[in-house]
Amino acid sequence: MAAAIFSLFIFVVALLIGTSSASSSGLQILQAERQIELTSHIVRVYLTLKIENTEDAPATEVLLAFPPTQFDHLALVKAAVTVGKKRKKSYVPLEAKPTERPDAPNGTKYHSVSLLKPLAKGETTNLEILYILTQSLEPFPEEIAQSDPQLVYYHDSAIILSPYHIAHQATMIKTPSNNVESFTQVDPAHRSGSELRYGPYEGHGPYSYSPIIVHFENNHPFAVVEELEREIEISHWGSVQVTESYKLAHAGAKHKGAFSRVEYQSRPGGSGVSSFKHLLAVLPPRVHSVYYRDEIGNISTSRLRTNSKKTELLIEPRYPLFGGWKATFLIGYGVPLKDFLFESAPGARYLNYTFGCSIADTVVDKLTIKVVLPEGSKDPSVEVPFAVKQSLEKKYSYLDVIGRTVVVLEKRNVVPEHHVPFQVHYKFNPLFMLAEPLMLASTFFLLFAASVVYLHIDLSIRKKC
Amino acid sequence: MAAQETSQSATFRHAFGNVLSFAVLLLIGVMAFSIRLFSVIKYESVIHEFDPYFNYRVTQFLTKSGVYDFWNWFDDRTWYPLGRVIGGTVYPGLTLTAGTLWWILNSINIPLSVETVCVFTAPVFSAFASWATYLLTKEIKGAGAGLTAAALLAMVPSYISRSVAGSYDNEAVAIFALIFTFYLYIKTLNTGSLFYATLNAIAYFYMVCSWGGYTFIINLIPMHVLLCIVTGRYSPRLYIAYAPLVVLGTLLAALVPVVGFNAVMTSEHFASFLVFIIIHVVALVYYIKGILTPQMFKVAVTLVVSVGMVLCVAVLAVLIALVASSPTKGWSGRSLSLLDPTYASKYIPIIASVSEHQPPTWPSYFMDINVLAFLVPAGIIACFLPLSDASSFAVLYIVTSVYFSGVMVRLMLVLAPAACIMSGIALSEAFDVFTRSIKFHLVGTTQNPQDNAGDATKVTQNDVKSEKSEDTVKERSSRKSKKDKENIEKPSLVSRVEKRLLVLPLETSVMAVFLLVLLGAFYVVHCVWAAAEAYSAPSIVLTSRSHDGLHVFDDFREAYAWLSHNTEVDDKVASWWDYGYQTTAMANRTVIVDNNTWNNTHIATVGTAMSSPEKAAWDIFNSLDVKYVLVVFGGLVGYPSDDINKFLWMVRIGGGVFPHIKEPDYLRDGQYRIDSQATPTMLNSLMYKLSYFRFVETDGRGYDRVRNTEIGKKHFKLTHFEEVFTTHHWMVRIYKLKSPRNRIRGKTKRSKSSLQKSGTSPSSKRSTRKRNPWQ
Repeated sequence: MAAAIFSLFIFVVALLIGTSSASSSGLQILQAERQIELTSHIVRVYLTLKIENTEDAPATEVLLAFPPTQFDHLALVKAAVTVGKKRKKSYVPLEAKPTERPDAPNGTKYHSVSLLKPLAKGETTNLEILYILTQSLEPFPEEIAQSDPQLVYYHDSAIILSPYHIAHQATMIKTPSNNVESFTQVDPAHRSGSELRYGPYEGHGPYSYSPIIVHFENNHPFAVVEELEREIEISHWGSVQVTESYKLAHAGAKHKGAFSRVEYQSRPGGSGVSSFKHLLAVLPPRVHSVYYRDEIGNISTSRLRTNSKKTELLIEPRYPLFGGWKATFLIGYGVPLKDFLFESAPGARYLNYTFGCSIADTVVDKLTIKVVLPEGSKDPSVEVPFAVKQSLEKKYSYLDVIGRTVVVLEKRNVVPEHHVPFQVHYKFNPLFMLAEPLMLASTFFLLFAASVVYLHIDLSIRKKC
Repeated sequence: MAAQETSQSATFRHAFGNVLSFAVLLLIGVMAFSIRLFSVIKYESVIHEFDPYFNYRVTQFLTKSGVYDFWNWFDDRTWYPLGRVIGGTVYPGLTLTAGTLWWILNSINIPLSVETVCVFTAPVFSAFASWATYLLTKEIKGAGAGLTAAALLAMVPSYISRSVAGSYDNEAVAIFALIFTFYLYIKTLNTGSLFYATLNAIAYFYMVCSWGGYTFIINLIPMHVLLCIVTGRYSPRLYIAYAPLVVLGTLLAALVPVVGFNAVMTSEHFASFLVFIIIHVVALVYYIKGILTPQMFKVAVTLVVSVGMVLCVAVLAVLIALVASSPTKGWSGRSLSLLDPTYASKYIPIIASVSEHQPPTWPSYFMDINVLAFLVPAGIIACFLPLSDASSFAVLYIVTSVYFSGVMVRLMLVLAPAACIMSGIALSEAFDVFTRSIKFHLVGTTQNPQDNAGDATKVTQNDVKSEKSEDTVKERSSRKSKKDKENIEKPSLVSRVEKRLLVLPLETSVMAVFLLVLLGAFYVVHCVWAAAEAYSAPSIVLTSRSHDGLHVFDDFREAYAWLSHNTEVDDKVASWWDYGYQTTAMANRTVIVDNNTWNNTHIATVGTAMSSPEKAAWDIFNSLDVKYVLVVFGGLVGYPSDDINKFLWMVRIGGGVFPHIKEPDYLRDGQYRIDSQATPTMLNSLMYKLSYFRFVETDGRGYDRVRNTEIGKKHFKLTHFEEVFTTHHWMVRIYKLKSPRNRIRGKTKRSKSSLQKSGTSPSSKRSTRKRNPWQ
């Protein structure tokens, strides 16, 4: 904690020194508005930028700067450009990807947003940017007793970190409740209810930084899935079987001292406010044979609600989760094949399934998706809208001989916004479906044939009379 | 020409009968398997109760680390700090069986989990057991009796109670091994084949691997051999059946680490060696008798007897002296309590404290073997008509097992196969008589013997209708292999003699058949009910049905899951020994004592801690490196088998080793109570405090729904323990030992009181009394 603040301080000092030397490009931000939502344990930042090109050379990309500590917790950056005038305003998504800059002061990290068309001199454009930070709320005090509320720190800068000159800017911070212990004063800054307002600030040069700390109450369940492995097994006999194994943790302030059941049960509002005891998993519609268990058996506390649009599974871990407590469990279900598997060309098929975690409002530290293709599939390829680590494996399931190809996708730091469809393409010959039934049939045939033969031959040395 | 036709139809019928009995056996196997799946359907596919969790954990280790590591496994997660040599102290049969099954399935790419294999091992083996019963009964009384007995065994409640899906215990495979060993013994006795004798020794080896109950075999078979010799039934077949079994069987048994030299050293095996000597003497006598003239033989007998007597007396005296010199007379505690039912309650409270070691009540006979109890006497009578070597064995088996089941409720399991065999024989014989009478009458009226014969022979395979067809069967059987001949010959001879005597009136026979079917139907209904309702609960998850639906009490797993995820891997958890296996298997935490109960002192230490006041208990637990204490408390929801109800056993076992714990201190006028009349020792004991800590806040007066009283001491604080987890229904409560730091702070205050204490306390260090060894 102290080390973090110290390094931040060094970083800031270095930044202030570095500002003058850093050669800024020709872009300039006329107007910047930032809204930081701290209502859950996932920090969402909405940034609206009005950018002008002041130099002759047309600009093709806009850089977004992040301090290194924030960059590590960055789950997602989305950018869009505003097109059209007031009435016909629409947003066109832009590509944002992390980049390195050789002249980056003090390890500043960048995402570059490529514009639709180059920005000529004097032209302006409006960018809407959303980025999501995980693990950025730091519980303080680090350990709380059962009846205490959970207080957290949020670190950021009052002035938007940017490689460009910013003419006007303001920052709004939204906290979950009115209970804000303290916040750093950077004039003008004031608070009204659950909203904190920094700015407006005028005319800050590139790489300006002014650290702030907001200390506030956040009793939102800090449900973090440390590891999630989803196995999606395709069977051409009509079903897709999904098994999700979770390693869940409460990442909030650690529970200290005793846990009293009588207090927890008799005062549901006042005791263990930051703990959570159920989670909502949203499953595809028409699921069947849903199960919820862990390594020692079925967990009986779950409820399944189905309608035609979606299926909701309300799950309760075996015990309520307090800060620092962990639980592991498994959710499995089957979905009809025709909802998710499509034929793109004769012999070529693709699976269309959603990426991400079924449980609403959670962060997944490490997500592994394994798509188990049917035995005999060829040429797998994956289409995912963002960068993931890919690899191939082999798996032997029921009566497999040559094994099934498994496409493994790995991604860290997954937030609900990653819950988008992805596709796995492969080639498959339907004749392979008959392999296993034929194998079984021939085995039984051989068995019967062998017993017939055995009954009809006489192996004795001496003939019986 | 006509003779050929009849012989052909008989061949056809014989083949048809074989196929039919094969199909019936297959269905019996399916039924034996599926009747045990109620637990999976009603609850879930999960390991049941206590011991199965240990077996499951051992199987997991076996599948993960291989068989060599399994033999050398020193388990440091139990009996802390002593540990336990698992490889040398378990009967490995069950784990090796399930491990092999799992390995085979996985090597042909059927990826079942170890848990699934373990859950379904018992149902699979009960199907095997019913087939073994068929074979055994077929050897004794023919195929008809065999099929009936197999069907009865497939659903006998006593056996179901130990072999429902998930009940992954030694008995699951041991009953199959037991019956199969008996079958091979009888088979050898009937055939005199050395091949079967060798198989018999191997089957015996499997039984030794599987269950401590193998001593039943190694005592029962010698008894039977002795019986045969005494009744003048000695034959070379008997010798072949017995001598190889003793030699090979003992050698093989000694290979099992848990038995080892016990196979020759303990008194349980003594009878087999004695009979081994006797059978040799008898064999020698028969041999000499064969080569000497009668006069010479007489002389030899008087000579040998006079010398032999002296020798025998000398040898006996030495043996008795040897046996008597050991404190338990060479018998293990459990075996002794079989011979003397009052032994355990007098000397070994730990054996007596287990409910399945209590003698059964009469209703439990009706519950567990139901109508078989009435059919058994009929079966015994049937065994005497005529008495063969095999049927005398069956009689001996039922008589001994009835005695043993009367001593320990657990051994009802050994009685069940015997009762099934006897009832199978009885039913089959009864049907034999009745259907024959019916046929006799129908043949007289309708003149159509062939059609009726087809119907009736379904029930009793070896039954033959008229003399003619009987002869043809005999004729055919001579062409068949030797084994078949012997089976068919015996009963057919019998039936020929009896047939003219036993012809009952038609109406009576029909009525009797109807009543017997009704009796069977009643049995089936009872068995299905017992399987579905009485014996399927896995006991780790409890359910209760009330007007607003089904309630599930999953508190045990809640607590174990909490322990396994939210405590350090090496933390030690103390609880009463009942929960030891579950804690190591489900929570993966080190325990102090578990269900193995091999070290009475260690268990007594935990018992003492639970019965001591808080501070003394803290000292004991701290000296054992314990971090968490787990107690089971049923007072809130009315779960009767909780720790408060077991508490007197803790006091008794603790007091047996550490005499400063005295049972009367916990009883008010000989009554065990927890209300305001309870003794102060009781109210201050750790178990009381941990169970009832803050209990009064739930309803304001602390009403215990198990004991149906208000608790005696309601408001109190814990000074050395801290509640860290209590499950949803309060059934499991986990406390953490407060760190000693808290006590050092109060040391200045304490030193005075401790000085005072050491002056007055009777249990000072100088005292000769035995105290907690860890202090």
